[in-house]
Amino acid sequence: MDIGERTLNVLLAGIGGQGVLTASQLLTEAAVLAGHDVKKSEVHGMAQRGGVVTSHVRIGRKVYSPIISSGEVDMLVAFEEAEALRWRSEVRPGGTLIVNCLRVLPPVVNLGLFKYPDDPLASLRTFDGAFLPVEASTLAIEAGSPRLAGTILMGAAAALLPLSVAHWEAAIRSRFSAPEVADQNLKAFQRGRECALSQKLHLV
Amino acid sequence: MTKHHRLTAPATSGRVLMSGNEAVARGAWEAGVTVASSYPGTPATEILEAFARYPGVYAEWAPNEKVAFEVAMGASLAGARSLVSMKHVGLNVAADPLMTGSYIGVRGGFLVVVSDDVGMGSSQNAQDTRYFARFAKVPLFEPSDSHEAKAFVAEALNLSERMDTPVIVRLTTRISHVKGLVELGERPAPPFLGFSKDPAKYVILPAHARKKRPKVLQRLKDLARLADTSPLNVIEWCDRQTGIIASGPAYVYAREAFPEASFLKLGVSFPLAEGLIREFASQVKRLYIVEELEGIVEADVLAMGIRVDSVGKLPRTGELTPRRVRTALDGAGLKVAEAPPSPPDLEMLPFPRPPTLCSGCPHMGVFYTIGKMKDLVITGDIGCYTLGVGSPWNATHTCVCMGASLGNALGIEKAYRMASQEQKVVALIGDSTFLHSGMTGLLDIVYNGGNVTVFILDNRTVGMTGGQDHPGTGVTLQEEKSKPVDFVALCRALGVEHVQLVDPYRLPEVYRAVKEALAHPGPSVIVTNQPCILIEEFHRTQPYEVLDELCNGCGACLKTGCPAIQVVRREVVRLPNGRDKELSYVTIDPVGCNGCDLCVQTCGPKAIVPLGSSVPTTAGAEPQS
Repeated sequence: MDIGERTLNVLLAGIGGQGVLTASQLLTEAAVLAGHDVKKSEVHGMAQRGGVVTSHVRIGRKVYSPIISSGEVDMLVAFEEAEALRWRSEVRPGGTLIVNCLRVLPPVVNLGLFKYPDDPLASLRTFDGAFLPVEASTLAIEAGSPRLAGTILMGAAAALLPLSVAHWEAAIRSRFSAPEVADQNLKAFQRGRECALSQKLHLV
Repeated sequence: MTKHHRLTAPATSGRVLMSGNEAVARGAWEAGVTVASSYPGTPATEILEAFARYPGVYAEWAPNEKVAFEVAMGASLAGARSLVSMKHVGLNVAADPLMTGSYIGVRGGFLVVVSDDVGMGSSQNAQDTRYFARFAKVPLFEPSDSHEAKAFVAEALNLSERMDTPVIVRLTTRISHVKGLVELGERPAPPFLGFSKDPAKYVILPAHARKKRPKVLQRLKDLARLADTSPLNVIEWCDRQTGIIASGPAYVYAREAFPEASFLKLGVSFPLAEGLIREFASQVKRLYIVEELEGIVEADVLAMGIRVDSVGKLPRTGELTPRRVRTALDGAGLKVAEAPPSPPDLEMLPFPRPPTLCSGCPHMGVFYTIGKMKDLVITGDIGCYTLGVGSPWNATHTCVCMGASLGNALGIEKAYRMASQEQKVVALIGDSTFLHSGMTGLLDIVYNGGNVTVFILDNRTVGMTGGQDHPGTGVTLQEEKSKPVDFVALCRALGVEHVQLVDPYRLPEVYRAVKEALAHPGPSVIVTNQPCILIEEFHRTQPYEVLDELCNGCGACLKTGCPAIQVVRREVVRLPNGRDKELSYVTIDPVGCNGCDLCVQTCGPKAIVPLGSSVPTTAGAEPQS
């Protein structure tokens, strides 16, 4: 598996508390184990309080910029449907869009100040590239904890990224030191990966 | 549970992923720093958190950046290597000792590590710390990633000792919060010289200061000469048609945007390596300067009489990206890296997702209560509770800087009084912000007879930055027990006669306390006493649920602002007076709900009950205001 001369740009986007940074850590560790140079940017502070959280992960031979330029994302992993809408314009034409089928209404919508889009997934289907909706939150609850959604999404991403499963699994074991938590996450990872493989999308 | 769980041992060897903040901490440890102080602030917070985990160090949270600076400076005067870290606006607070610290110099190496929040992700302004280096006449280092952050710290400490000066290491959010690979090293025995009584150096009387100033100016000249040969200032020759001077973080964006250009990368960006810059400029056909935020190097290079082809082209707001640099310098004769087409113009998302308070946040009870009192002017401060400005509370009307709520409140009240009008003013300030720089404001209110009501929202942590300890929590950064501040006793000692302690989850109690405080002629303080829900002192209780058959859609619970409450359906009904009213039927997210019962108190039809029980609770209804 080789990513060649180019730098692979993955954007993870979700909501504070959804585990976006934990998921991006798995991807980053897997890439390091595969011998790549990696930069991973995170959002801290004010933006974590139920607001939008993004993490840019860039993988390559030598990575300079820690952030991905607008419109140059190869793969967007959105942890929520409306967040997929918010960030899809960052994805290059022909890129990949993985979306967790989950809607989280912020207080501004509950208060009636703004409207949540009627059907984000329907709008996303017009996306020019590979589109992969994943029932990650539903599968996560089935697997024992809603917190597994991020790992399931990473499993789906793994099916489309040029990193070996062994490196992903090692990254999961290194991130979750308790063996039972690691096993749970490894299963969740596999579940996400199967989900993506069954849809027969092309590689990034 | 963010608090008290991070003191695990750091990695010991090899090549590891580290954020810029972690790399600074590692670099400081390897270079023999033994004393470090800080006040939490995004994006700099994790520097001290990471440093505190290393063996053989003293690391502390100070009440504010000025004290932190003075502590680290004190350690340097004692002949130890030391470090103070802060966010950019923290250096405003610490500017006083910085300006004179430059004159006094150091004994042990002394670093001032500052992280600039260029994109204002979590800050009230975007200021460029490179100006402070020029203002204080101290050298400034600018690493461009984690690897350099660690290496530059060691170099900066050496320079500090060699040239008898504090050194600023300037990071930005994209250095602090970006993880990259770092090679770990060893820590030799830390140097320690001990204090040496030398009043001409350490006692800055005017007579001493007058002798120091020419020395400071000479030091700058010497530093500039050293910058010319510093290994941190490097020329990367490529196509000599185009040369780019880039300092620190801006380098990585420019390097990626223009892979075929020649580069002069400035790791030491003040004082400028004038000789090197002249040499570089003379050998390239066109010269561009790429820097983030302000055009500081650009102005200095122009002042050297050198032609710069990028004047006025770089954006001066927001963070750079390779694309922004490429676009800004487009048409400047540069060969650019192959770039994908610009992103298509897609419809924008119809709603924003601003940060919110957490489910069950103890601040909500206060906002809910005072947000309804429309005749109040409410001055706010820096912390999670600045979010009180938003809907549904609209309970914060000013926010300036750490501690400003009190002075602002007094000024507003006095101005109304001078206009022969009365205005009730409430100041909102958090526990840590009050200890940082609110106490003096309260003292002013007492001293000058201000009729102001102050809320000290004591949630026993620095919440917004992720749950750090402070002098009010009774625990230090290195997890030693200490004596916590007694806020009620402190306010009384400052001269406030009307001080109340309230439970912010008891709405009738909060309401009564506010009414009483506002009626009191003179300064009054209300201290709240419930912990932040993200720290271990908070005990989650059984979540609540909404009995759908009892919910009448009145939406009163939504006025708490709790994000666990979700609207499941809306209905418009015609009222007897002929007007339409929208009803909002709700549910409670059982995972998000922390069981605080604030919403229960607002529910008229008693439709909110403990999860799993079908018996309505007997909690009181909302107080009448």
